[in-house]
Amino acid sequence: MTKDSPVVSLKEVHKSFGALKVLDGVDFSVGRGDVLVLIGRSGSGKSTALRCIDRFETIDSGEIHVCGHRVDAPDIDLRALRQDVGIVFQSYNLFPHLTIEQNITLAPVSVKRMAKAEARERAAAVLAQVGLAEKLDAYPEQLSGGQQQRAAIARSLAMQPKVMLFDEVTSALDPELTGEVLKVIEALAADGMTMVMVTHEMGFARGIADKVVFMHAGKVHETGTASILAAPATPELAQFVGTGF
Amino acid sequence: MGGSLNANHLLFLGHGALWTIGLSTIALIGGGLLGFLIALARVSPSRAIRLLSGGYVQLIQGTPLLVIMFLGYFGLSALGFSISALMAASASLTIYVGAYFGEIWRGCIQSVPKPQWEAAEGLGLSRTQRMIKVILPQAMRIATPPTVGFMVQIIKNTSLASVVGFVELARAGQIINNSLFEPFLIYAIIAVIYFALCFPISALSRRLERRMGNGRTKLMPA
Amino acid sequence: MGLNLDFSVVLERWPLFWDGAVMTLKLAALAIVFGAIIGTFCAVGRNSGNRLIARACTLYVEAIRNTPLLVQIFLVYFGLASIGFKFSAFSVAATALAINVGAYTAEIMRAGFESIPTGQIEAAEGLALSRFQIYWHVILLPATEKVYPALTSQFVLLMLASSVTSQISAEELTAVANYIQSDTYRAFETYILVAIAYVVLSLVLRAGFWALGFALFPRRRRLGTAL
Ligand SMILES: Nc1ncnc2c1ncn2[C@@H]1O[C@H](COP(=O)(O)OP(=O)(O)OP(=O)(O)O)[C@@H](O)[C@H]1O
Ligand SMILES: [Mg+2]
Repeated sequence: MTKDSPVVSLKEVHKSFGALKVLDGVDFSVGRGDVLVLIGRSGSGKSTALRCIDRFETIDSGEIHVCGHRVDAPDIDLRALRQDVGIVFQSYNLFPHLTIEQNITLAPVSVKRMAKAEARERAAAVLAQVGLAEKLDAYPEQLSGGQQQRAAIARSLAMQPKVMLFDEVTSALDPELTGEVLKVIEALAADGMTMVMVTHEMGFARGIADKVVFMHAGKVHETGTASILAAPATPELAQFVGTGF
Repeated sequence: MGGSLNANHLLFLGHGALWTIGLSTIALIGGGLLGFLIALARVSPSRAIRLLSGGYVQLIQGTPLLVIMFLGYFGLSALGFSISALMAASASLTIYVGAYFGEIWRGCIQSVPKPQWEAAEGLGLSRTQRMIKVILPQAMRIATPPTVGFMVQIIKNTSLASVVGFVELARAGQIINNSLFEPFLIYAIIAVIYFALCFPISALSRRLERRMGNGRTKLMPA
Repeated sequence: MGLNLDFSVVLERWPLFWDGAVMTLKLAALAIVFGAIIGTFCAVGRNSGNRLIARACTLYVEAIRNTPLLVQIFLVYFGLASIGFKFSAFSVAATALAINVGAYTAEIMRAGFESIPTGQIEAAEGLALSRFQIYWHVILLPATEKVYPALTSQFVLLMLASSVTSQISAEELTAVANYIQSDTYRAFETYILVAIAYVVLSLVLRAGFWALGFALFPRRRRLGTAL
């Protein structure tokens, strides 16, 4: 991987679920330290595209490169890929039987063979980063939705990924809890984390995106800097921005 | 009999199987009636009745059916009551099944959502009317799959009537074995017959359960 | 006819009851440990991609759940004998009980596995955990915690059902009772006392499982709620 090659790139990616064509030749790439925001109507294939990047879905044709991994290769080392990629879902998916600290230390200890004490230190550090330092010993159900989502982000960060994927991480949250999660993501972006995120928060997207990808009918319909949100070139994006969804 | 397994033996086993079904039916009806009363007693407004019925359930569910069976047959006859094996087995099974049905159905009655109870109360229905018109019809729907499932337990449990000498399927097998000395073969045949009786009911109960839905919604990724 | 009850001749033989109760607990403990292992592997097997293994596990579970324990015990007893093995009644009893409770455990564990949301597994995959690590940390442990109450009820039922092994003369509580009543001609008193003994044993077992759950599941200890 050369210095300027993108961290994530999709080339001509096609993907169908049975007869349903979901990705119909998708192209985009993200450079180091950049934030790419995926937007589009419900069902336009945003989650699918994101999940393909971490190989939660296999693609039918095309190429996906992530941090030097050829994701579409049949013999890809999945665990190596996923050590470089952090993914956070809409439903936080914290492990309910483990404390927040145990949720965070599980992967560093089992995957990276990190010493327990070091893993605990790191857990404390990433929790402080998301503003949950005092919740180390809590169980997930003792936290609010926003806190759980921040803990889930911290859990990913503890693996020190090179790129983070976020799939509508605030859409299960009440509006008043959305802000605290978005703030954490903003801080990450400011720290230089490479990110690909799906979001319906247009104001947030405008502020954080280096690149916006508008998906429509399984294709990248329009792409550019955050300014395309203010001045859409296609009627579809104009309508999408106008109605929100 | 004697010699090798022949049609007479199979006929005898068939006869035993019929008694297994008969005894199961007796236990289902007797245990069902008793269980119904216990379920009602368990949700009774009277604390004493609740405690008493709860104690009964705890006691029976803490005792092996085999011991109840021995108590009913050898215990009562030792006290001078003359009691047939069929009577002892029927009574023991009824007592046993009643406790389990009582507990299963209590759960079903109590799982009828609270607003339903309150709504029925709001309509000014009497306690009996509320039960009969509102709660029980809904509880019965919930109760169907576990009740059918427990019928399998009943059929299997009737095999314990063999230990007091009642000739149902298991006892019929033992009797044949006493002349044939082919225990493994004979018990295998008996197992197959029990399976043939139980499996369709198990499958039905599972189907009913699935159709009712278990109410668990799995979190799916967006 | 006047009832004349005499518990004293039966109570006199309390050391025999005690031995029988200990034997019943030993039988149950062995069967539960091995049954839990068999059942867990079987539940994993039914979940595995391998069709043959899954089929074999389903066959085992259905065969056991749809036939009486009494018949299973005789099958194991005469089955082992017919292929030339000579085991003590106790070993045969423990084996049959373990095979029996294994099938019920498998069914309960499977329900536990199915209750784990797919999102949990995806989250673990996303964290680069290996298949085995996911199975252990994200499926098996939380599933066990979830079904623990159902599992322990099943184990108590097994302890009670172990009375059936008296039919192949395992020297457990019911066999002891049978012996005492034939010795004293006090069947009613004997079986009443043995019934009480079983009730006590099941309470003891329940308390034991409660304490074990307390030790095994820190979350339950801290929050007091089921997973
Ligand atoms: N595993 C699957 N099997 C079959 N169809 C699927 C699967 N996953 C997604 N789809 C379908 O693919 C299409 C695109 O789904 P996707 O989740 O990528 O949309 P999205 O843009 O993320 O929508 P939303 O904004 O609602 O999250 C939808 O029609 C969806 O129903
Ligand atoms: Mg989506």
